[in-house]
Amino acid sequence: MTDLTSLTLAEAREGLANKSFTSLELTDAHLGAIEAARALNAFVMETPDQARAMARAVDAKIARGEGGPLAGIPLGIKDLFATKDVRTTACSKILGNFVPPYESTITSQLWRDGAVMLGKLNNDEFAMGSSNETSCFGPVVNPWRREGSNTTLVPGGSSGGSASAVAALLCMGATATDTGGSIRQPAAFTGTVGIKPTYGRCSRWGIVAFASSLDQAGPIARTVRDSAILMRSMAGHDPKDTTSVDRAVPDYEAAIGKSVKGMKIGIPKEYRLDGMPAEIERLWSEGAAWLKAAGAELIDVSLPHTKYALPAYYIVAPAEASSNLARYDGVRYGLRVPGRSIGELYENTRAEGFGPEVRRRVMIGTYVLSAGYYDAYYLRAQKVRTLIKRDFEDCFAKGVHAILTPATPSAAFGIGEKGADPVEMYLNDIFTVTVNMAGLPGIAVPAGKDTQGLPLGLQLIGRPFDEETLFSLGEVIEQAAGRFTPARWW
Amino acid sequence: MSVDAATVRRIAHLARIAVTDDEVPHLQGELNAMLAFVEQLSEVNVDGVEPMTSVTPMEMKKRADVVNDGEIADEIVGNAPATDDHFFLVPKVVE
Repeated sequence: MTDLTSLTLAEAREGLANKSFTSLELTDAHLGAIEAARALNAFVMETPDQARAMARAVDAKIARGEGGPLAGIPLGIKDLFATKDVRTTACSKILGNFVPPYESTITSQLWRDGAVMLGKLNNDEFAMGSSNETSCFGPVVNPWRREGSNTTLVPGGSSGGSASAVAALLCMGATATDTGGSIRQPAAFTGTVGIKPTYGRCSRWGIVAFASSLDQAGPIARTVRDSAILMRSMAGHDPKDTTSVDRAVPDYEAAIGKSVKGMKIGIPKEYRLDGMPAEIERLWSEGAAWLKAAGAELIDVSLPHTKYALPAYYIVAPAEASSNLARYDGVRYGLRVPGRSIGELYENTRAEGFGPEVRRRVMIGTYVLSAGYYDAYYLRAQKVRTLIKRDFEDCFAKGVHAILTPATPSAAFGIGEKGADPVEMYLNDIFTVTVNMAGLPGIAVPAGKDTQGLPLGLQLIGRPFDEETLFSLGEVIEQAAGRFTPARWW
Repeated sequence: MSVDAATVRRIAHLARIAVTDDEVPHLQGELNAMLAFVEQLSEVNVDGVEPMTSVTPMEMKKRADVVNDGEIADEIVGNAPATDDHFFLVPKVVE
């Protein structure tokens, strides 16, 4: 039954509906694939018993004709989402064996719609990273390899486990989160589709917080259609998240296959970087040509503050992180390292519990918020953020429907290749971080391969709450580029 | 702007993260690399620009001021490293 894992979510939905196979069979096929792929380190916790119990329950519902939109579909859950009675760690030592007595809003909506949980997926510690190398469970391995090489590559981050598992056909889709590119960059590195919705579209309740004004959850899936199906279940208003928007959730799947004729697509000149690899440049032109062939109109646009997005992000995100992560004190949950006083207990616990990347960001955040530096750093960065958002607003005011850019400045790199210089690692998010700063939706769609046979992605940036246009345009790229599946070596 | 070793120790204390003396030079280098990177923001003209406070224009929602949860003390202390009768235990803070 292993071929069940190669179906798309949409195909599996059809097979379940016409009783070609059961959810238990589909779930077992994926559990088998997960067991055989432990070398990828994509899952930090497998929940086979729970998965089978959920599958049996949903099979009974399907038999009664009561299955929801995701009835019987096995998914992986990023370990940043609180799952009731299932260990949730954000892949940090400081959460230790934290077992939430509650369920995140997004995952509860997935279970409401009939999905099955296969287990918890690896990620960078507290979602801080672009290579999934900062996890306390060790790095995730990308199922893709360079042609003729067995060098292990990173899957990108922070949702590296989600991207790796979806690409390696271990789950039909996965939840992910994106603060500066953590859905789109790993999707691009693994040949999968990832969408970061508009800020406020999905509830953040029950997701371990990193930078609250930037964090937004979304799916990673095998196709554009699959990501649209998952988005519909994940999105929606939640009174428990005050930034969640009370707005009807459209049928995103209906946008797939819709004509893009007459749509204006902005090509921003500031995304053409000095020294950008020729293959990225080529991919970008090719993507533009596909959209043009489908009837869209290409327009040169300017987003003048683009180069300031990454430095502004590295003030705003660490500042919010230093505040959010203050809760990890060794008193109420997680790791505790004793000390003679309560102050020493805090300091020892946090020194032992946070990895180097998290410690670095908490410290920089503490510094930029401290007395005497707040105006020079934090306030200035928030003003620059206003300018970045204004760039996009000006562009959309000219009738632009969406903006096309590369998703990443390169294909996946080797484990341990980058990171000695933190800033070098941060540059991975140069094309994605602007979107978080402006709160916009962005989708990464695989569009081609580099000269070494690794997948590359394009990014489409949309107007606020216009994810549907991104799905329509993303589908055009997917139809032209085809799908990308790694050759199995694990 | 750059930070010296004393500032690194002060930031670590503010962040409640213990650092050993031999970690300070390395942390100082990392923090200064990040500060050098964000330095380019000083060239942006931000005169008269409002700092962003909410990325999605919306009014802060308010909920009714009523008790809507509770009676779950067992769950609340369930993950705590040290408790006694629904209290979190910490080292002595008052002599």
